[in-house]
Amino acid sequence: MERMLSLIAGMSILLMGLVLFNIRRAHIRVEYSVSWLGAAFILLVLSQWEWGLMSFAQLIGLNNPPVVLLLIIGAVFLMVFFRFSVVISDLKDANIALTQKVAVLEYQLNCLHEKPQATDHER
Amino acid sequence: MIQPRGDNSLMILIPAFNEEGAVGSVIQEIRSYHPDLPILVVDDCSSDGTRSIAQRAGADVLSVPYHLGLGGCVQAGYRLAYDLDFEYVIRLDGDGQHDPRYITLLLETLQKSGAQMVIGSRYIDGTGEHTSRARGIGILFFRWFLGLILAKEVHDPTSGYVGVNRQALEVFARSFPLEYPEIEALVVLKRLLFRFEEVPVKMRPRMAGKSTITAMRSFYYVAHVLLGVLVNILKYQGGRKT
Repeated sequence: MERMLSLIAGMSILLMGLVLFNIRRAHIRVEYSVSWLGAAFILLVLSQWEWGLMSFAQLIGLNNPPVVLLLIIGAVFLMVFFRFSVVISDLKDANIALTQKVAVLEYQLNCLHEKPQATDHER
Repeated sequence: MIQPRGDNSLMILIPAFNEEGAVGSVIQEIRSYHPDLPILVVDDCSSDGTRSIAQRAGADVLSVPYHLGLGGCVQAGYRLAYDLDFEYVIRLDGDGQHDPRYITLLLETLQKSGAQMVIGSRYIDGTGEHTSRARGIGILFFRWFLGLILAKEVHDPTSGYVGVNRQALEVFARSFPLEYPEIEALVVLKRLLFRFEEVPVKMRPRMAGKSTITAMRSFYYVAHVLLGVLVNILKYQGGRKT
């Protein structure tokens, strides 16, 4: 159990490092990194706080803390994925609306450009 | 730029994605029946010559910068028609399946019935020939399913040969289902207490290209549409919002 908790702690620190590195290189926006940093922090705390993990395991009727920790990891990541599904859906809607507006504006602009040329020809 | 003509202005909307083999003939055929009708082709970022062929055939072309899919593409056309103050829009497919001689029938039904949407149905008089078996089964299922929800029989719920008036245009310009929009659009209308009518049309085999709904994708189609319908039922607020 000790080894597994240490492994999870290590992975949490690695995840935090990875997220911070990507923020610094501007690959992830700060507002979208919060969920990952929060998830990594929760895992780090739980992997180091044995009493808390044992108490929680007893509370939900499981006597195997590592399994409980894995369940928590699953739940935390599901929440993060769900949040990103919402974000992606919002972005897709905004992207479609923007694309349609760009198309309409481009069409109107082209028509405006064509109009003076047509008038010149008429002259 | 296309402009509405008169009080009962009509625009023809043709969503097209890689339809270079058919779109030119479709436009010429429409022109042979209605020489002065404004025709807008919405090119869904085709990789072939759809845009240039449509322009050469005499249509205006609205090009979206990246592939939006059928619903997004149709909505872009509805947005432009609404902004330009068109009263009616009739949508035809760019593959030649929809015979333009029925445009007058759809328009007259829109004007006389007062319905917000008119569907060209291949199953009222016809037998629905030129429909794949998978699609035929899907249509039968959705006829039964929509009958329960709409409390009205819809003979051809997947038909893309559709006319809308300005009320429906206003709604669809704001919000329109993105994938497989036909069935969901009917539920959106029901939610707003709008009416639709069906008129008999004969459909033809497509002039070129292949249907995007293959046998495998038809399962995804059914699941997607059912979910979309369910979401629209959940959005029901008991009245007209426009």
